[in-house]
Amino acid sequence: MTAKRRGAQLAMLAFAVVVVMCAYASAGLGIDGAVPAGMLTYGLGLGALMLAAYLVLAKWAPWADPLILPLVTLVNGLGLVMIYRIEQTGQGGASATTQLMWTALGVVMFSATLIVLKDHRALQRLTYTAGFAGLALLLLPLLPFIGKEINGARIWVGIGPFSIQPSEFAKIALVVFFAGYLVAKRDVLALAGRRLLFIDLPRARDLGPVLITWAVSLGVLVMQKDLGSSLLLFGAFIAMLYIATQRTSWVLIGALLFIGGAVLAGQVFSHVEARFDGWLNASSQEMYYRDFGSTFQLMQGLFAIGSGGILGTGLGQGYPREIPLSFSDFIFSATGEELGLTGLMALLMVYALIVQRGLRTAFAARDPFSKLLAGGLSFILAWQVFIIVGGVTRLIPLTGLVTPFMSAGGSALLANWMLIALLVRMSDAARKPPPQAIQDEGLTQVMQR
Amino acid sequence: MNSPLKRVAVACFVMFALLMANVTYLGAVQADGLRTDPRNQRSFYARYAVDRGWITADNGKVTLAKSVDTGNRKFRFEREYPEGKPFAHVVGFFAPESSSGIEGAEGRYLDGSHPDLVVRRAIDLVSGKPHKGANVDLTLNAKAQKVAYKDLANTGKRGAVVALNPKTGAVLTMVSVPSYDPNPLAVANKDTVNKAYNKLDADKTNKPLLNRAIGLTYAPGSTFKTVTSAAFLMDDQSRDVNTMVNAPDALPLPDTNISLPNYHGESCGGRASLLSAYTISCNTPFADVAMAMGYDKLKEQAEKFGIGTPLSIPLGVTKSDIGPDEGKAALAMTAIGQRSNQMTPLQMAMVAAGIANRGTVMKPYLVNKITGPDGGEIDTTNPEEMSEAVTPEVAAELTTMMINVVRNGTGRAAGLPNTTVAGKTGTAETAPGKPSHAWFISFAPAEDPKVAVAVFVESGSAGNDATGGAIAAPIAHDVMQAVLGQ
Repeated sequence: MTAKRRGAQLAMLAFAVVVVMCAYASAGLGIDGAVPAGMLTYGLGLGALMLAAYLVLAKWAPWADPLILPLVTLVNGLGLVMIYRIEQTGQGGASATTQLMWTALGVVMFSATLIVLKDHRALQRLTYTAGFAGLALLLLPLLPFIGKEINGARIWVGIGPFSIQPSEFAKIALVVFFAGYLVAKRDVLALAGRRLLFIDLPRARDLGPVLITWAVSLGVLVMQKDLGSSLLLFGAFIAMLYIATQRTSWVLIGALLFIGGAVLAGQVFSHVEARFDGWLNASSQEMYYRDFGSTFQLMQGLFAIGSGGILGTGLGQGYPREIPLSFSDFIFSATGEELGLTGLMALLMVYALIVQRGLRTAFAARDPFSKLLAGGLSFILAWQVFIIVGGVTRLIPLTGLVTPFMSAGGSALLANWMLIALLVRMSDAARKPPPQAIQDEGLTQVMQR
Repeated sequence: MNSPLKRVAVACFVMFALLMANVTYLGAVQADGLRTDPRNQRSFYARYAVDRGWITADNGKVTLAKSVDTGNRKFRFEREYPEGKPFAHVVGFFAPESSSGIEGAEGRYLDGSHPDLVVRRAIDLVSGKPHKGANVDLTLNAKAQKVAYKDLANTGKRGAVVALNPKTGAVLTMVSVPSYDPNPLAVANKDTVNKAYNKLDADKTNKPLLNRAIGLTYAPGSTFKTVTSAAFLMDDQSRDVNTMVNAPDALPLPDTNISLPNYHGESCGGRASLLSAYTISCNTPFADVAMAMGYDKLKEQAEKFGIGTPLSIPLGVTKSDIGPDEGKAALAMTAIGQRSNQMTPLQMAMVAAGIANRGTVMKPYLVNKITGPDGGEIDTTNPEEMSEAVTPEVAAELTTMMINVVRNGTGRAAGLPNTTVAGKTGTAETAPGKPSHAWFISFAPAEDPKVAVAVFVESGSAGNDATGGAIAAPIAHDVMQAVLGQ
């Protein structure tokens, strides 16, 4: 029988807030030798925010996994400290206040999701609505007037003074759609068609959804120049397809299709090819200094991690400003300089733990839709960390994505807090003890028709 | 559905494992390469993050180099050289990508990375204070240094002046002319510095960046007769200043059809005492005694004065050398400081200092002491004996000869009132038709020497009639006067 472990959760949440406050003080000391003036308000603010999240969770999802919220708080808080620290260097675009505001909204979104969505299985009924909403969100930036192109990628929608990145929300909607669709169709998808070499090929008409998603992913890639999102969605779909059908052939076909599509895109579109060349020869002078698709940013990120070494320079004592957009896509590299290899390992470990808690929820879930949704959401989180961290550390070609909960950016924070709310909701359902049988109260009459 | 979920979980953890392995590879294996990549500006910024120690002279009373807190985040501490040109070659400069002089040689003390400072570094690290380096106090006598620079610069020639404390080896003066202003080379901007440096470096005639006192060797001319005399006196204990030597008007050189004349073809009377031959600087007697002694004895005596010994003071010193054994005719030229006989001005100062210190040559050094940022002493240089060049008796004979040069010979311009000065002039012919180099070595007071000097003026004998006595001796006079406080 699982315990609620609410006390442990509260203690860990407090610990996460204390770690973040210490990091904030350390950054201030590193920058100008004094504890930042706003430290207390800032710390109390974050503490109050997380206490509110905790209370909502305790009331509306008392059986939820006790680790998820403290872990997310820690990453979100460290992201805030890094953005505060980068803001102090004067790098344009970094604003800790804005990020704190978005964090607060993220917590509101988290609470609202938990309060409104009492049973996540309600989402199963919205499968096609979610699918349609996801596609619509993905395509929104392409519309005239409201679509905006920032830093070469047309993935933004401007509403008044705000820029929203709808693909962040689309990603959740599409995972809900995938889960609903695959649960409904998994039996037909698992049917084998022809056998080619050692692989059982699926039936041609079942290939439909894969081909459509593949086409949409590449369409996004092409039209919005958003390599990261297309890779993210496509990978998530393949993983969920595999979970639903247990067929390795889908994974292979999916991978081949994506690689084929990417190679084709690489030949047709210069920015795809540039990213690939930059990955292979990042350090060469020619790549570093070329005007188009320069590896300057990537190399500066690597220099930062290398200069941080094992222990890092300490918060506030590195040079994050050397990396363009260090508060956004490259926040991982900037963190590496100041917290060193040690800090990065800890950070990756925290991400891995969040993913592990999510996957645990999937294992414990009682119905296929919950399993698929929890598995899909956990995978997409891991996959996103892999794509962006792998990209900035030159493990794979660089594609722009936010580092979940760390990078500056409101849309991503809101969407990811929503994702966490869904995981928390499902873990509550999975861990809640099933209704007790009432055998002891005497004989139960068994009715048979 | 749990079995594919398990595989997906494994895939997730493989992804994290790959990320961790890759980050480890970057942060631990590739770190050094990434840190030192020239495109990584951090090592450049890091140079300015340290509150480097100061470089001073006269026991800290005169500041030669200091760090100024600019308050700028990227380049917090910048280097300034308040005394500028006269001290430039010794102090050096702290440039964005390199450093020279004491700035370079004592860099690990100045930036605090020296193992002696490891405890202090740990304290700074924990307390979060900007890292402070140790201070380096030089042996230089600031007043004498400035006098030497001014005098030498006033000649309008290139040259060098070195003054030593003969009893310790402490370098009191080290000047090279022409000099440069180190301040533009210490700006925290690579382009500006490179431009300024390249401009100085492009002047191939004057080579302002070259420290002529230790960086280049020159024919020492007649000042080397001091070494030849030392060898002659050491060779036979019965010899003294009154020993008679052959002093022909011209000395035929063996295996050649030329003969060696005296300076300007003057006569030294056929035979002369060692004292008078040295005093009026005849050529033929010294060539003659050297040929009689042979190359090895002269070479051995030269080595005893430190010639050929590698030196680091801690600036690197170019090796002086009397040249190879190329037969008697060549030896005759070597004995009077010509041909492939090549000395640094520092080396000639060491010859004078060795005689002054009763025959014992002290190891020259520039750093007096190193103190921590709080003023606590970290290291003080202890004077070290380098070699015994001559016996105290021979040193006394040589001193008598050198005193006579200043009293009655070619070095009168170096004489000081109420102080006995010992010295020797030199005029080294370079190439036919080219002006000769002017030299002067000396020490004072002869009875209790406190300073030994070597002055070298490149192509200083304009018009071919000025000797070392005319242009170099007055500079030595001023430097000795400054050191002795007269």
